[in-house]
Amino acid sequence: MPVSNMIESIRDALGIALAADDDLLILGEDVGRYGGVFRATEGLQERYGPDRVIDMPLAESSIIGAAIGLALEGYKPVCEIQFLGFLYPGFEQLISHVSRIRYRTQGDYGMSMVIRAPMGSGVKSHELHSDSFESFYVHIPGIKVVVPSNPYDAKGLLLAAIDDPDPVIFLEPTALYRAEREEVPAEIYQIPLGAAKLVREGQDLTMIAWGGMVPVVKEAAVQLVEDQIQCEIIDIRSLYPFDQDLIVQSVKKTGRVIVVHEAPRTLGVGAEVAAMIQEQAFLFLEAPIMRVTGYDVPTPLGALEHVNRPDVNRIKKAVQQVLHY
Amino acid sequence: MHISLGLTDEQVLEMYRYMLMTRKLDDRMWLLNRAGSIPFAISCQGHEAIHMGVAYTLNHEKDWVCPYYRDLGLMLALGQTCRDQLLFAFARKEDPNSGGRQMPGHFGDRRFRILSGSSPVGTQVLHAVGIAYGGRLTGSDHVVFTSCGEGSANQGDFHEACNFAGVHRLPVIFMVENNKYAISVPLRKQVAGESIAARANGYGFPGVTVDGTDVFAVYQAMKEAVDRARRGEGPTLIEAVTYRLQPHSSDDDDSSYRSRDEVDLAKKRDPIQLFRNYLVEQGLLSDDYEHRVIARITKEINEATEYAEQAPDPDPSDLYRYIYATDEGR
Ligand SMILES: Cc1ncc(C[n+]2csc(CCOP(=O)(O)OP(=O)(O)O)c2C)c(N)n1
Ligand SMILES: [Mg+2]
Repeated sequence: MPVSNMIESIRDALGIALAADDDLLILGEDVGRYGGVFRATEGLQERYGPDRVIDMPLAESSIIGAAIGLALEGYKPVCEIQFLGFLYPGFEQLISHVSRIRYRTQGDYGMSMVIRAPMGSGVKSHELHSDSFESFYVHIPGIKVVVPSNPYDAKGLLLAAIDDPDPVIFLEPTALYRAEREEVPAEIYQIPLGAAKLVREGQDLTMIAWGGMVPVVKEAAVQLVEDQIQCEIIDIRSLYPFDQDLIVQSVKKTGRVIVVHEAPRTLGVGAEVAAMIQEQAFLFLEAPIMRVTGYDVPTPLGALEHVNRPDVNRIKKAVQQVLHY
Repeated sequence: MHISLGLTDEQVLEMYRYMLMTRKLDDRMWLLNRAGSIPFAISCQGHEAIHMGVAYTLNHEKDWVCPYYRDLGLMLALGQTCRDQLLFAFARKEDPNSGGRQMPGHFGDRRFRILSGSSPVGTQVLHAVGIAYGGRLTGSDHVVFTSCGEGSANQGDFHEACNFAGVHRLPVIFMVENNKYAISVPLRKQVAGESIAARANGYGFPGVTVDGTDVFAVYQAMKEAVDRARRGEGPTLIEAVTYRLQPHSSDDDDSSYRSRDEVDLAKKRDPIQLFRNYLVEQGLLSDDYEHRVIARITKEINEATEYAEQAPDPDPSDLYRYIYATDEGR
């Protein structure tokens, strides 16, 4: 089986999708000859031509707004936004139209499109290049939000997102683009949106994470084994809709939970996960649900990035607190 | 030429000194980045003539500047030092631009009324019109300069800013530094009409295109624009055409989208070289003088590098500072 990193598996998925569907178009800044600033679309314009892999003028509102028109004409736009922090000029189109056209037209028109964007910290990037504002998008009814944490999932989730009849925001953790290589099947496969993944089994505590935090949580779990602590890990993968069943099942087994995310704490997706758990598994809880998150501050760069980004030590400390509550 | 424009010999020599300083500092940033000492470098090579034309027409006591990341030379000529820039590049606590919070090249300095900007391109253009409108209300005659790239001029914010400034005849100068590329995307894929300046017609104010490698061409267009603005006659759009002599940033590999021949050809019109030719022709620049200037600049940059390398990072306790007004000011 071929081995690839996340950026390669995303490129692979985009190539497969372009080959499979003549109506699929890629729109973005520098996506053509350059192949995108992270090289996710490298070689695709050469293969499928500039009419299908389109270098857009530098204006995100044009990208999302034009994608709406294309979707209405029956095309399948896959938009690349250079960094999640640069989606805001297109936010108006997203929140006022992409998410609501099906609703307003009573189902006459769907908005089947994918908006891909790198997100998150961990590579000492700059202001707005390392934010983790997934909550904004999760909060918009009518939109689905997906965050892969490994090359295999990235391909399967992206193909599922492309196939989905509704708009999907596909968030790619920048720190994981080239972090690991693993076996990724060459053929087409899909990972259904809304299904979380049990990454590790354990009896003592459930750790819930997504995207760039998954490898950090995994490392913490490995280190905690030395203290005879067996953590279960769930990678949510799909933030909306999200897999309540798998989480509730796990919580009923372990009775203890921590949720880890890079985003600022207040109104992060962790709050939603915690609320859902107490609604559905309150009597199984042995301790309060703890969150390990970024602080309520603008994502710092350079020297302070690691202070804000949850790391193994902060996670281990939270685990001990929950276990000894 | 310079005399007829009202520039003295001393002023043009000083401009040349700033241009050299800009280039040497820019080169140093690349070097530090390649050595792994700083995470990112963004270059202004090819834009230096624009910076001088701008710096020498603005009033440094009152005018505002809402720049973008290619305006290093302008920052130096306005009063920022090599040390300020190196502290910025190393993201140190003492960095006057943002205390290590901002991306290199995203200048901001209250001392010189340089407005701190953020990464989303073109957003600063609207701030300029707001400042100008405010100045009108308070009865100030300050002029507001703002700049962006030709790619960024396609953002909605740019249009909105021009439109508002036109309606209110605000004292704003919109400078589009057209270096032919927006990262990898060439001009022809950004705009069909070729000219950005021509848009000004629709906004109801003058738009001019100038050779952005020619200090005097920029100076002259700027001077007219500043004078008009100060007289209350409204905005001007200047498109200064040049070429980006380096990759977009240290994260870019420009060989994948433009030929070396094309870049080499553009380097023949390096604005610093062109300006130097003029000074030599005029008998203003001697080898001896130039050597001394370069030695001084090199020394300054070396010392600044050393200083910035050893300067402390922001403290973790800084994370929560200056987010709300309840925090102490600076
Ligand atoms: C809103 C937004 N979208 C995308 C980017 C990424 N980006 C940074 S610079 C740049 C190209 C800018 O080109 P241009 O305006 O021509 O300025 P130049 O860099 O050529 O001076 C892009 C796409 C950004 N910073 N902000
Ligand atoms: Mg440009």
